[in-house]
Amino acid sequence: MVNQWVATLLAGRVPDWFVALITSTLGAVGILGFVLASNVLGVWMERKVLGRFQIRYGPNRVGPVGLLQTLADAIKVLGKEAITPFGVDRWVYWLAPGVAFLPALLTFAVVPFAPGAALADLDIGLLFVSAVGALGVVPIFMAGWSSNNKYSLIGAMRSIAQTVSYEIPLVLSLVGLVLLGGSLRLSALVEYQLQHGWFLLTQPLAFLIFFIAGSAELNRTPTDIMEGESELVAGYHTEYSGFKFSLFYVAEYTHLFAAAAIITVLFLGGWGTGPVLNLAPAVVWFVAKVYLVVFVFMWVRSTLPRLRIDQLMGFCWKFLIPLALLNIFFTALWVYAALSGPVIAVLNLLLAVALVVLWTQLLAGEEAGSPVPYVARPGG
Amino acid sequence: MLPTQPYMVNMGPQHPSTHGVLRLRLVLDGETVLDAEPVLGYLHSSKEKLQEEHTYLQTIPITDRMDYLSAMNNNLGCALAIEKLAGIQVPERATYIRVIMSELQRIASHCFAQGTLLQDMGAWGTPLMYFLYEREQILDIFEMVCGARLTYNYIRPGGVSQDLPPEFFPLVRKFLAEFPAQLDDYERYLKDNEILRARTVGIGVFPRELAINASATGPTLRASGVPWDIRKADPYCCYDRLEFEVPVGQRGDCYDRFMMRLYEMRESLSIIHQALELLPPGEWKAPVPLVIRPQPGDAYAHIESPRGELGYYLVSDGGASPWRFHVRAPCFINLTALRDLLVGHKVADVVVIVGSIDIVMGEVDR
Repeated sequence: MVNQWVATLLAGRVPDWFVALITSTLGAVGILGFVLASNVLGVWMERKVLGRFQIRYGPNRVGPVGLLQTLADAIKVLGKEAITPFGVDRWVYWLAPGVAFLPALLTFAVVPFAPGAALADLDIGLLFVSAVGALGVVPIFMAGWSSNNKYSLIGAMRSIAQTVSYEIPLVLSLVGLVLLGGSLRLSALVEYQLQHGWFLLTQPLAFLIFFIAGSAELNRTPTDIMEGESELVAGYHTEYSGFKFSLFYVAEYTHLFAAAAIITVLFLGGWGTGPVLNLAPAVVWFVAKVYLVVFVFMWVRSTLPRLRIDQLMGFCWKFLIPLALLNIFFTALWVYAALSGPVIAVLNLLLAVALVVLWTQLLAGEEAGSPVPYVARPGG
Repeated sequence: MLPTQPYMVNMGPQHPSTHGVLRLRLVLDGETVLDAEPVLGYLHSSKEKLQEEHTYLQTIPITDRMDYLSAMNNNLGCALAIEKLAGIQVPERATYIRVIMSELQRIASHCFAQGTLLQDMGAWGTPLMYFLYEREQILDIFEMVCGARLTYNYIRPGGVSQDLPPEFFPLVRKFLAEFPAQLDDYERYLKDNEILRARTVGIGVFPRELAINASATGPTLRASGVPWDIRKADPYCCYDRLEFEVPVGQRGDCYDRFMMRLYEMRESLSIIHQALELLPPGEWKAPVPLVIRPQPGDAYAHIESPRGELGYYLVSDGGASPWRFHVRAPCFINLTALRDLLVGHKVADVVVIVGSIDIVMGEVDR
């Protein structure tokens, strides 16, 4: 909105390329501000949320309700010595943290915060999102490979296997949305949702798959095997310290917020509020939804243990991908039959429940069977 | 296929989940463990030799530092051995106090073991914090009784260092009233948890024969289906007068070891209940000289510590300090078969298996 105002102000007085430069710079600065502020808030929020889940307080000493704790930690981390271990691949080692931050930030370029308030509302927004999201694995592998540390390398190899696998259900789950919405442009998808109901309702299975696969891409528990603190010390960033480490940290939270923003746009109706509550500006609703999704991610993290690499891969290939394909099939069927929104919502909801239950039963047959009962025998 | 070759990873001694300074030399093929060799001794502090330089009474605080998560039980074992060696009679009340304390300690120790095991599994913090919350209440009780939270030096030769204060009883009864509900909760959330079962069932199977041959003890042995508990097999203190059951597993995998501890906590609660009912009035400490000089000879006393059979073997030459002071540390002996448990599993299982055996390095290295 500010951009449009600036653009009309400058139009005709300066060359067009200059207008584009100014507006995109303004937008980029705005997004960077949002992302960095969200990072600071997000770290604080994560620590508070985890604290509350773990019957403790979380940070509450620095600043009001511990709000400044993140800043204090950031200053501390920046003051740390930048260690370059012996035998690292120097160029790649130095480059990786910077590269880590970029893809997450790029995602925000196409996110429509409010009607018309996307930095670049690409026609192929959805493709851009999935392509940029897949880039996230490159810096992790760079870091793991160059660190000259076996834990880092194991973490990197795991992340490649995992990310490449989970990329498939992640993208497949979005096909149903495109079939219904009829566009790859994110703002068009939001407009569709505002008219025909959120994709959360009409595509519940896709939401489930996207959420799980997204959390795998984000490397958050229960799928954080590439960091796997208790196994791999810190995974790919074991050997990083100081500013480079903090860049990885920032990248992780930026990824988190990017994923939450994408989920908000694709499934939660973006900036829309539904017919009733049109009180606050659109962008406020958008940000509120993003933070809600982030909270759910934190909730899951504080609740579930981690899966093993083979189980995680099995879950992806045996569970998520077949279900994603079935979802596409059935959605295509509904679209072909030209059903209306509420009908699709009901059908897909029933379908999601039925498929998840059936598929779980199918997979459960492969496992060891029912638990063996325990007998308490008197000893001696 | 690309040609691959196994590689070696040093897991520890500095590692977030090796429970101290255990070092594992793992040979890996990708993620699979081909060979594993525990390297011990990073926490060696010559505690056994240290004991031989101290009087019998002074040995008790040093036992605190061995298995620092169940110091009460260590005190108890050492005190029993000294009493056996010197022929000291313990007042009735003291034996009941000892049982109450060591069972409370067992619950605290098991809480910690369960919490850290789940932490190793990647359940980031939450279960650990809940279990620590329970443990904290027990530590508060201990602090009230003997002034210390970790290294108690409470159970002494001849009895206990001081009587239970009157405030002790309401606090313990409150704990006994509240904890079963918490245990029910844990059991409900954890027993059938899909991810927990996926991570533990069939992982690190300790076959019955191997467990016996490796002389494993404690929950680690009982999970393999051997109903061996010193409290039943060779009752000490007043365990022969108390009713309790010994849970026994069937498969001997990590899940069974996990469940053993959960069930044992319940049994411990019932033991404390009974002991509180039966607690007789009277003396809590027999008159024991500050410097005990037992007749030349030897004595072995063993107890069921939360980790297994904790044995103390003392040899006296008639002097003021033991001539030989040997500890049969359950953690150390349970670790001996570690290689057989680890080989063939994934790296992520290594920490779960090590966690499920529940080691305390202070006791392993002594």
